[in-house]
Amino acid sequence: MTELLIASIMTMMTAATPLVFAATGELVAEKSGVLNLGVEGMMLTGAVFGFAAVTLTGEPLLGLAAGMIMGLLASLIFGVLTLSLLSNQVATGLALTIFGTGLSALVGLDYVGKTIEQIRAIHLPVLTDLPIVGRLLFGHDPLVYVSIVLLGLTHWFLKHTRWGMILRAVGDSDQSAHAIGYPVIAIRYAAVAFGGAMAGLGGAYLSLVYTPLWAENMTAGRGWIALALVVFASWRPSRVLLGAVLFGGITILQLNTQAAGLGIPGSFMSMLPYITTIVVLVLISRDSIRIRLNAPACLGRPFRAER
Amino acid sequence: MKKLIRLTALALASTLALTAGTVSADKLKVGFIYIGPPGDHGWTYAHDQGRLSIEKELGDRVQTTFVENVPEGPDAERTIAKLAETGHSLIFTTSFGYMEPTLKVAKRFPDVKFEHATGYQRADNVSTYVARFYEGRYVQGVIAGKISKTNTIGYIASFPIPEVVRGINAFLLGAHSVNPDIKVKVVWVYTWFDPPKEADAAKVLMDQGADIITQHTDSTAALQAAAERGVHAFGQASDMIHFAPKTQLTAIIDEWGPYYVARAQAVLDGTWTSSDTWDGMSEGMVVMAPYTNMPADVAALAAKTAESIRTGAFHPFTGPIRNQAGEVVVAEGQVADDGMLAGMNFYIEGVDDKLPE
Repeated sequence: MTELLIASIMTMMTAATPLVFAATGELVAEKSGVLNLGVEGMMLTGAVFGFAAVTLTGEPLLGLAAGMIMGLLASLIFGVLTLSLLSNQVATGLALTIFGTGLSALVGLDYVGKTIEQIRAIHLPVLTDLPIVGRLLFGHDPLVYVSIVLLGLTHWFLKHTRWGMILRAVGDSDQSAHAIGYPVIAIRYAAVAFGGAMAGLGGAYLSLVYTPLWAENMTAGRGWIALALVVFASWRPSRVLLGAVLFGGITILQLNTQAAGLGIPGSFMSMLPYITTIVVLVLISRDSIRIRLNAPACLGRPFRAER
Repeated sequence: MKKLIRLTALALASTLALTAGTVSADKLKVGFIYIGPPGDHGWTYAHDQGRLSIEKELGDRVQTTFVENVPEGPDAERTIAKLAETGHSLIFTTSFGYMEPTLKVAKRFPDVKFEHATGYQRADNVSTYVARFYEGRYVQGVIAGKISKTNTIGYIASFPIPEVVRGINAFLLGAHSVNPDIKVKVVWVYTWFDPPKEADAAKVLMDQGADIITQHTDSTAALQAAAERGVHAFGQASDMIHFAPKTQLTAIIDEWGPYYVARAQAVLDGTWTSSDTWDGMSEGMVVMAPYTNMPADVAALAAKTAESIRTGAFHPFTGPIRNQAGEVVVAEGQVADDGMLAGMNFYIEGVDDKLPE
C-alpha cells in the first residue's frame, strides 16, 4: 500500500512539473499586466525544438536551452504585436497558440518516430535508498527540483525584491508606474519573455523527460491547464505548486482508479480540475478585497503612455 | 482552434492530392487515410509499409497518396471524398472510426473501390479487412504468464470496441493457460495516439504493481516508459525493439503488404469485388517479432504456441470459456465462431475490470 502511494506521488510529481514551469512563467507575465493565451503554442515550440536539438547534438542541456530560447522567441512575437503595436492580447495570444501548433508540426515532421536518450531520475547514494522519504525527496529527475527552485525564486523575486515590486506595480497601475518614470513597456517585454522561456522549458520537459519522443500536439492541452492554474492559484506562486500537483495528480488519479477497477468513470475524474477552477473562481470573486489584492488590475489592458 | 488547424492541414492535403492528380491519367491511383503519422512506428507505420509494398510491387502502374493525422469524424468524410474526387479509384481507410464516413462517401462514388480496416459494415464497393491480432495477443499472454513475478499485467486499452476487448480476452486466455493466478489490470485511455497519455497509463499500471505492460495504442511511449523503470513490455503493430532493446519481449507485427498488393492488383485486373477479409498468422498477416529478453524455454514455448495457431492445430478461443457472470459462452471442446469474435462485447471470467459502456 505504501509502495503504491509512493509510486503514485512520484508519478504525480512528474505530471505536475511541466505545469509548474508553464504556470510560473505565465504568472510573471500576468503580474506585469499581460495576458498571454499562447502558452500552449509556446510549449509546443519548446517541445519540438528541444527534441530536435537533442536529436542533432545528443546534449540534453542544449535541448532544454533550445526549448527555452525558442519559447522565448515565440513570446517576443507576441510581445511586439501586443506591446509595441498594441494589438488585442486575447486575440494575439490565441493566434500564437495556432501558430505554435502549426510551426511545431512542420518542424517536427523530420523528428516523428525518432528516439533519444531520456533524462533519467537522479540517484544519490544513501539518500535515495532511505525508506519511504528517500525516493520521495531524492528520486526524481533533475528538472523536478529545478521547477520547484524556480518557483521559489519567482516568489522571492516578486515579493521581496525592488524589481519584483516594480513589476507588480506595472501590472497594477501602468499609468502611475509610467508617471513615476518606470519603463512600463520594457518591463512587460521582460515578463513576457520570461513567460515564453518557462513555457518552452515546460514543453521541452515533455519531449525530453516525460516521453522521450516528439508527436504532433503532444502537449495535449497542458498549456491551457497552466493558464487555468494561474487563476486557480489567484496569482500567488506558492499556490501554483499546490494547484499543479492537484491538476497533474487528478489526471494520474483518473488512470489509477481505472487500473484499480473501482468503476468511477474516467471522464468524471478528468473533469475535476476544471470544475475545481470554476469553483475557486466563484469563491474568490465573492471576496472583492482578495481580488483587488491579487489580480493584476491592468491585466490584458494595452498600455499607451499618456505623455 | 484545433479544428482550424485541422482544416488548414486538410486544405493543404487536398491541394497536394489535386496536384498529384495531374501527373498521369492511366495509372491506378491508390489513396490512404491514416489516423496518425506514418512515423508513429506502430499502427500507421505498418499501413504505410503496406502502401510502400504496393509501390514496390506494382511500380509504374500505380501511384499512391496518403493523408495523415485525419481525425475520426466529419473531417474524415471530407478527406475521403477529396481523394475520391481527385481520381483515386482505390482508397484504404485505416481506422475503425472511419466506418461511417467511408460508407457515406462510397455511396456518392459508386465507381471507386473502398477498403476499410477493422470495420464490420460493407457495401458493393466497400470491403473490410482486419487481421487476427488476437492470435498474437494469446502468444503474448503465454509469455507474460510465464515471466511475470507479480502476476499482474498492465493493459493499456484504447476504445471499448470488439477488436480491443477481443485482444484483452485472448491475452488473458493465453496467460491463464500457463498461470491461473495472472491478473490483468486495464486502463482505457480513449485515444489511439497520445504519447504522454499512453506513458501516464503505463506509469500508473506499474505503480500498481504491473511488471509487464502491453498496449492497444499506437505509439512507442508505453514501451519507453516501461524501459525507464526496467519493466518488460510488448511492442504493438510493428517491431519496436529499436526503441527499447532491453524491454521488448516481442511485438505483434501487422503485415498489410501482401493484402494491399493483391487488392490493387485486383483493381488493375478488373476482378475486385467487395469482400470481408480476416487473416491471421496462417496467411502471414499477423507475424510475431523475435522473442527477446526472456529465458530460452519461454521463447520456445511462445514459438511453439504461435506455430500451433499458425497451422490451425490450436484456436486461442477454445472452450470452456466463461464470461464475467460465470456463464459458459464457449462450451468445452468448441471454439468461438467468427461471429462471436467479431462482435465481442464482453469480458471473459478473470478480467479485473468492468467493461465501459
